[in-house]
Amino acid sequence: MEIKEKESVVVRFSGDSGDGMQLAGNIFSTVSATVGNSISTFPDYPADIRAPQGSLTGVSGFQVHIGAGQVYTPGDQCDVLVAMNAAALKTQYRYAKPDAAIIIDTDSFGPKDLEKAQFKTEDYLGEMNIDPDRVIACPLTTMVKDCLADSGMDVKSMLKCRNMFALGLVCWLFDRDLDVAFNFLKEKFAKKPEIAEANIKVIQAGYDYGHNTHSSVANVYRIETKNKVPGRYMDITGNKATAYGFIAAAEKAGLKLYLGSYPITPATDVLHELSKHKSLGVITVQCEDEIAGCASAVGASFAGALAVTSTSGPGICLKSEAMNLAVIMELPLVVLDVQRGGPATGLPTKSEQTDLLQALFGRNGESPMPVIAAASPTDCFDAAYQAAKMALEHMTPVILMTDAFVANGSGAFKLPNLADYPAINPPYVPEELRGSWTPYMRNEEGVRYWAVPGRQGFEHILGGLEKDDKTGAISTNPENHDLMTRKRQAKIDAIPVPDLEVLGDKDDAELLIVGFGGTYGHLHAAMDELRNKGHKVALAHFRNINPLPKNTAEVLKKYPKVVVAEQNMGQLAGWLRMKVDGFVPEKYNEVKGQPFVVNELVEAFKKIMNK
Amino acid sequence: MAYTNNDFKKGQPRWCPGCGDHFFLASLHKAMAEIGVDPWNTAVISGIGCSSRLPHYMATYGMNTIHGRAAAIATGCKVANPDLIVWQVSGDGDGLAIGGNHFIHANRRNINLNMILLNNRIYGLTKGQYSPTSPRGFVSKSSPYGTVEDPFRPAELCFGARGHFFARAVATDAPGTIEVLKAAYNHKGASVCEILQNCVIFNNGTHDAVYDKVGRAKNAIYLKHGEKMLFGENNEYGIVQEGFGVKAVKLGEDGYTEADVLVHDAKCEDNTLQLKLAEMEWPVALGVIRDVEAPTYDDSVTAQIEEVKAKKKYHNFAELLETNDIWTVQ
Repeated sequence: MEIKEKESVVVRFSGDSGDGMQLAGNIFSTVSATVGNSISTFPDYPADIRAPQGSLTGVSGFQVHIGAGQVYTPGDQCDVLVAMNAAALKTQYRYAKPDAAIIIDTDSFGPKDLEKAQFKTEDYLGEMNIDPDRVIACPLTTMVKDCLADSGMDVKSMLKCRNMFALGLVCWLFDRDLDVAFNFLKEKFAKKPEIAEANIKVIQAGYDYGHNTHSSVANVYRIETKNKVPGRYMDITGNKATAYGFIAAAEKAGLKLYLGSYPITPATDVLHELSKHKSLGVITVQCEDEIAGCASAVGASFAGALAVTSTSGPGICLKSEAMNLAVIMELPLVVLDVQRGGPATGLPTKSEQTDLLQALFGRNGESPMPVIAAASPTDCFDAAYQAAKMALEHMTPVILMTDAFVANGSGAFKLPNLADYPAINPPYVPEELRGSWTPYMRNEEGVRYWAVPGRQGFEHILGGLEKDDKTGAISTNPENHDLMTRKRQAKIDAIPVPDLEVLGDKDDAELLIVGFGGTYGHLHAAMDELRNKGHKVALAHFRNINPLPKNTAEVLKKYPKVVVAEQNMGQLAGWLRMKVDGFVPEKYNEVKGQPFVVNELVEAFKKIMNK
Repeated sequence: MAYTNNDFKKGQPRWCPGCGDHFFLASLHKAMAEIGVDPWNTAVISGIGCSSRLPHYMATYGMNTIHGRAAAIATGCKVANPDLIVWQVSGDGDGLAIGGNHFIHANRRNINLNMILLNNRIYGLTKGQYSPTSPRGFVSKSSPYGTVEDPFRPAELCFGARGHFFARAVATDAPGTIEVLKAAYNHKGASVCEILQNCVIFNNGTHDAVYDKVGRAKNAIYLKHGEKMLFGENNEYGIVQEGFGVKAVKLGEDGYTEADVLVHDAKCEDNTLQLKLAEMEWPVALGVIRDVEAPTYDDSVTAQIEEVKAKKKYHNFAELLETNDIWTVQ
């Protein structure tokens, strides 16, 4: 047996949608994170709720990247592929590195399985040019049944434990301590101890199988831990981190949190998460449509809550009218757009960055709105907190953009201490203005004061019609409209945002990579690889897209070559060109619904440098 | 605290002279004064349309929002702050066309809103197109040869959406309007008040049969819970049951006597007869047609939060974090 020391390893669990690949992947990443490895995960699930069993369209995958040092992405290709059936092998093998170890359940490669997976012969490995020496082929289903023969479980329940056998095998491959997995299962199935026990038994069986049978053929990998940041951690997905960010901001601001929403992939988990936390006073209303989700949030904001509406691109289309209402009424609101592939229904479960211009401009009239984009699953927490703070303190709707990749992916999240986060102080109308106050009076930062219903002496009417700057009455006066338009714009432009940070060779880079949102990990990994190869490269990644950081022009004009890399046809590049005179970047655009592939980025950036 | 109409009045209404909205507004001011909720604890929320200008003439909190969304916006407002008394004002276009979805769902959820539907069967602000309550064949600027569609009957929509309160009044009938507004306020849950209102410019005369006192005496019936359904200038008519429906009969004719006349039951859970009453073309039923108690959405949200608070062990963000699988890196 050879023990390979590796900097990082990527494992991809794949099987039928019902095979529990996500649970296996989650446990594996938690087990790895517990020993201090950094982790990044990504689920790849089909759009069909439950495609026919064993079919090519029904395969779902869950990829885990574990590293000794920092890992930024779930990895381009995997070192270990678990394929629970023939269809999984057929569709997922393309995500495997040429020397990857492949674990298959031979019980799921019978004639019918092969037919469903559209194999032509029984030599499925040959058909796919897979070297049999790389394959750990085991009759996994049979062994699971044997292992649980005395458990009194029915066959269907037994088969639900197949994923745990695969997990046990993977844990053996990586020399992982099973105790963490056992504890995870005991907690998960606290109310059904017999299920926990069965799963634990099967993991152990998988581990032992690897240990006894395959010690001669497979490598065992070891991932040491470097650069540990001490602290307490949990695994968190982007959507959960976003929900947590809103909860934290509401608590800091001393406000009720209200979510008006309508289920939509890939944003629904935010609704799920927030609706759990009634003990924190969180109000969630699952509305009749996207329009009402946003409209009811506007109503909740008027009533004095931290109001949020969550959706994806198609929902933004429907919400834009009520978002605009919040713009003209100058009420705080956070609009979460978990981007997916478009246009129309597009690719509901896939990831893109194609809503940027919609977020910036997709409304009638002059309608400036701050836009913030989260860079990673764990960054969603800070981004959501910043969005809520900005909305409340500047009396404006704010668009928070994430994407399917960031929302469903997960990372190790160092537990935040709310005391370390900045205070949130909405501009409540001062008591001394009672009697002289009108609804559009502004503070020094140009922000309208907030008078929440219930306060005597501040009764007022807001609305979608233009109002007089001084009196707050409906006004069609041309000079006044021009003035109000400028004041709304100036208010957004004046919002302070942190400077754009430059990573890598910030003094002498020959190429500056520019991106925003969920591509941060891939762009960072590409930069690292280019620098490892001796190139001078830097990365500037935008979180604040409107308003842009004050040093944007300075950074963009400092380097001989700049490439804006984004998962759309050049929306950020266009926005930057509009805001920075004379800026003409190189562009790297991809709209595949899949995360960037680091190697492809590296090759493309090399070409740009060699131009 | 005792209030007068003036405590709720603001500004100078800009509706056309003679518009039914003027009459309704005066009744709303009076009803609010009589109800006695502080102006600062009251929110009036409208959509877009002639009648949706109304919040501008109220000395309360309020919003004149966007077309069709008043019920949805009012929903968020009420659920986020249940202490506010929320009045939602829409016209027939705002409430039943572009806002039809929100209208039915506010009723279904039973949000504690007082929902005013000012029905003039026309689009006034856009200058005279047919509305979803215009009768089939209605000639308007957008239907020069007459409409080829049937109208909504607001009560039918409200009942179909499992609404628990429906009342009707004529805008020019101040006592009748004030009575239903107060009943709507007193009813916990979504309370729909259909106000028959005349548009003098684009649909003049649409409610003529009941628009003045004389007409109402002949052509309307004021329903009162627990009272016999008698009407006419001398109460010479009554409502009786016939087969699966109701009909108006003249007492003393065809053998009908007062003993045959139905007693109005607004509290009856089963809305079958209430719907029949609401849909009568003659006489037009006015007053509170249905007023049945049911759990409200906003109360249920609050109750659920309290229940879960008592059950769960985490009550702030720091405690929430601790509910996760946590590991320590040394």
